[in-house]
Amino acid sequence: MEHIRTTKILHHHIASVEKLALTTSGCPLVIQCKNFRTVHFIVPRERDCHDIYNSLLQLSKQGKYEDLYAFSYNPKQNDSERLQGWQLIDLAEEYERMGVPNSHWQLSDANRDYKICETYPRELYVPRIASKPIIVGSSKFRSKGRFPVLSYYHQDKEAAICRCSQPLSGFSARCLEDEHLLQAISKANPVNRYMYVVDTRPKLNAMANRAAGKGYENEDNYSNIRFQFVGIENIHVMRSSLQKLLEVNGTKGLSVNDFYSGLESSGWLRHIKAVMDAAIFLARAITVENASVLVHCSDGWDRTSQVCSLGSLLLDSYYRTIKGFMVLIEKDWISFGHKFSERCGHLDGDPKEVSPVFTQFLECVWHLTEQFPQAFEFSEAFLLQIHEHIHSCQFGNFLGNCQKEREELKLKEKTYSLWPFLLEDQKKYLNPLYSSKSHRFTVLEPNTISFNFKFWRNMYHQFDRTLHPRQSVFNMIMNMNEQNKQLEKDIKDLESKIKQRKNKQTDGILTKELLHSVHPESPTLKTSLCFKEQTLLPVNDALRTIEGSSLADNRYSEYAEEFSKSEPAVVSLEYGVARMTC
Amino acid sequence: MEFAELIKTPRVDNVVLHRPFYPAVEGTLCLTGHHLILSSRQDNTEELWLLHSNIDAIDKRFVGSLGTIIIKCKDFRIIQLDIPGMEECLNIASSIEALSTLDSITLMYPFFYRPMFEVIEDGWHSFLPEQEFELYSSATSEWRLSYVNKDFAVCASYPPIVTVPKSIDDEALRKVATFRHGGRFPVLSYYHKKNGMVIMRSGQPLTGTNGRRCKEDEKLINATLRAGKRGYIIDTRSLNVAQQARAKGGGFEQEAHYPQWRRIHKSIERYHILQESLIKLVEACNDQTHNMDRWLSKLEASNWLTHIKEILTAACLAAQCIDREGASILIHGTEGTDSTLQVTSLAQIILEPRSRTIRGFEALIEREWLQAGHPFQQRCAQSAYCNTKQKWEAPVFLLFLDCVWQILRQFPCSFEFNENFLIMLFEHAYASQFGTFLGNNESERCKLKLQQKTMSLWSWVNQPGELSQFTNPLFEANNLVIWPSVAPQSLPLWEGI
Repeated sequence: MEHIRTTKILHHHIASVEKLALTTSGCPLVIQCKNFRTVHFIVPRERDCHDIYNSLLQLSKQGKYEDLYAFSYNPKQNDSERLQGWQLIDLAEEYERMGVPNSHWQLSDANRDYKICETYPRELYVPRIASKPIIVGSSKFRSKGRFPVLSYYHQDKEAAICRCSQPLSGFSARCLEDEHLLQAISKANPVNRYMYVVDTRPKLNAMANRAAGKGYENEDNYSNIRFQFVGIENIHVMRSSLQKLLEVNGTKGLSVNDFYSGLESSGWLRHIKAVMDAAIFLARAITVENASVLVHCSDGWDRTSQVCSLGSLLLDSYYRTIKGFMVLIEKDWISFGHKFSERCGHLDGDPKEVSPVFTQFLECVWHLTEQFPQAFEFSEAFLLQIHEHIHSCQFGNFLGNCQKEREELKLKEKTYSLWPFLLEDQKKYLNPLYSSKSHRFTVLEPNTISFNFKFWRNMYHQFDRTLHPRQSVFNMIMNMNEQNKQLEKDIKDLESKIKQRKNKQTDGILTKELLHSVHPESPTLKTSLCFKEQTLLPVNDALRTIEGSSLADNRYSEYAEEFSKSEPAVVSLEYGVARMTC
Repeated sequence: MEFAELIKTPRVDNVVLHRPFYPAVEGTLCLTGHHLILSSRQDNTEELWLLHSNIDAIDKRFVGSLGTIIIKCKDFRIIQLDIPGMEECLNIASSIEALSTLDSITLMYPFFYRPMFEVIEDGWHSFLPEQEFELYSSATSEWRLSYVNKDFAVCASYPPIVTVPKSIDDEALRKVATFRHGGRFPVLSYYHKKNGMVIMRSGQPLTGTNGRRCKEDEKLINATLRAGKRGYIIDTRSLNVAQQARAKGGGFEQEAHYPQWRRIHKSIERYHILQESLIKLVEACNDQTHNMDRWLSKLEASNWLTHIKEILTAACLAAQCIDREGASILIHGTEGTDSTLQVTSLAQIILEPRSRTIRGFEALIEREWLQAGHPFQQRCAQSAYCNTKQKWEAPVFLLFLDCVWQILRQFPCSFEFNENFLIMLFEHAYASQFGTFLGNNESERCKLKLQQKTMSLWSWVNQPGELSQFTNPLFEANNLVIWPSVAPQSLPLWEGI
């Protein structure tokens, strides 16, 4: 079932299957995928259709982790290669890169056996002056035991981004240990004594939580804190927002006005902007005011992950490299217990737990790559690929909901890690415009004026090829770079050959001629490498093809419909991705 | 009249200039007959030269003795000048107001502009109709140049030389002209070398309510079809509007009288609806409140992108008729000077690789816009900020440029020019030191003696030094027909403007 002619859809990618009313040509079957692909099948016999429908329903919703694709996926690697793959991203190394442990921060062994907090990783960094009883005390005062720990340390400013969950303050409860821990965090910053506490929820939601014995920090009880709400909506709002967005996009013959009013009423871009604004607040607090920040939402694994990781991305150019981005995801999302399995609906579970929190994070990053095209080592394709794999269940990285669960599943022994595979293919994901040396981009300061937020067509219409630009500047530049490299290599080869000849031949007449014929070329080639965009080289035609204008192109059919008003073909696929019969 | 009479205060010191996205600059403000100049003496690079003709609207504000003038330009820039002294400020404001609304075209800057560069190639003679005709006369002998409009007597808005079917003589053309709106009889707009199909354009037929006919008109249109071929007439109005036009003496071709032709209606908005759309769009873009929903609803309410989609769809349809169906087409709206030109020129960009080069695009603008009689003077007199609404105002040309940009976005390697080239054209269409976009048609330009008295934009653009900034480094000649996508998700907003 998995291979129907050329179109492959992983069962794990199937979000919903729907049988439509019977038509003359057969029974239509619509499959919505989690990577935003929509496929229409027309099955000639209703009985077959029903069978397919039932088996797809069962196959797309697995009951146990062990039935997921990752446990049977075999990329033909031996055990040591697999282990190496898992060791590719080492978080201890990452903290070292940030400059911890140091005189203010240390590694705490409090959670070594997941005793204090099940959803945190084993290794946590806390202020040096915070003793174990304080940590334990604080964790009892925080929802799910998620006490304040270090997420990112800014070495130059000596300021930190910390994360936790909401305090169990109710209307009046206090906890001395928690107050102490927060004080310890602000003391760990030698420059600035006050710290920000950012609650990423809308104020109303946070107040409502107080009635349930949770809530937010009271500024009066904590010395030196400045409290701030940033108003990102919860997972349920986000889920329905995306749903609305997809409904709008699925409409056939969509008019421009309907598209924009749909985009507006879905509120999707507003939510993206809210996340972005929060991240910018974080980055500003650190760079401008030199203050540490503590971020939390309700449980501290959705909005907190978004804001912390995006904030670090703005501050630290390392996270904008391919490897660095993997580290960032590993640190702020995987290790700190973003519930990937529940949010992505890997297993047949509570549909209310599904939410596109991570997708939003990727979209925010995409908006940044649009605003700062030179600041990122990776291109859009990298983000799309990661998005593909959080749902694919092909690799073990995103299975499970926290580190403890992953260890119990023995993922490192039974499945493979995604990162080495991406790293191996990194050529595909490189951004040709990336300039690592440019110092202008150490801290990104994005502009959040509303017209900078655009609809991410390549994500939500990834598979509707007709909607995309027909020629890609990126591919062209990549090809040219490749060719330049090849030509440079040729020059070097030729030059070394000349040298060899020079050594061999004592009379230099021939050599001179050769030198003349080769050297005038090299300077132009070198400059062309530096000005990737500006200079065009005469290149081998065989290596290039003109994209997008082949006559076999299907795009033309779009106007045909308006023109002849003919009925669409019997077997059609949304936007003409491919054509097939079953 | 002397400009000096209008300038009450030629010079003010310590003026502060604020522009969005730039730091404030303090300097001396000077007014001349055509420019507003602000220069900070410390650093001569920071100079602002603003043509009075670029000013769309001005606002005055006073706080104590500090006056503020907000100048809104036709290219959508907004600049703010803080001027110390109430009197100076009032003087400056009234001078600017007077100078930016001069009635007489001959007082405009192009008549005073003396180029600082050596003219290598006179742009007035760069794109002559004869040369354009030669490009396809080798491929076909069915067409000829007609000089029937030599003294603009037959059609005031046509150029002296037009291309018509060979079998139709000048006498018949005169008769057809009386049957078409504004005398705009069907002329050749584009010849598709691949299959010999053509795009023609005209004004609406004056059928009126009693269904007038014109034998010569039918003959002319049929003369363009080869035996057994069919053609399509694309009317850029909806059927309703076209029917209403009959009451005013206009109308559309009855299929009974043109049996070989099929009529298609593709509604494209015109005049004040477009102008309002632009005003709303610019207002939305200048909204600084950072509110996502408001932005989206304003963008939607402006309908700008809907218009873009309509125009592109019509152009794609025209191109499809020519290239895929192998049928010739005749395009007209009411007057044949606005939406008609948008469709014919965009169809050529889709069909003809030459029009995607810099020179080819210039030739296209010269032929399909300037010579075809798009009334630039009327359409581009005001822009998005002006309060007094003129009936003839419409950003027709800007919409066309935006459509070109949309196609360019989708085929970034198929155009020799880049976004800057389009923006440059937009700016010069509204305010320029060159005479190219003055006047409403060739006849007016002749009367103004623009060729003798002003410089052509093309003389300046086609210098190698200037061309480099408009060249697309990724250009690779693409000889194929390009089919753009018209789905809303594929049409983003043009940020460059």
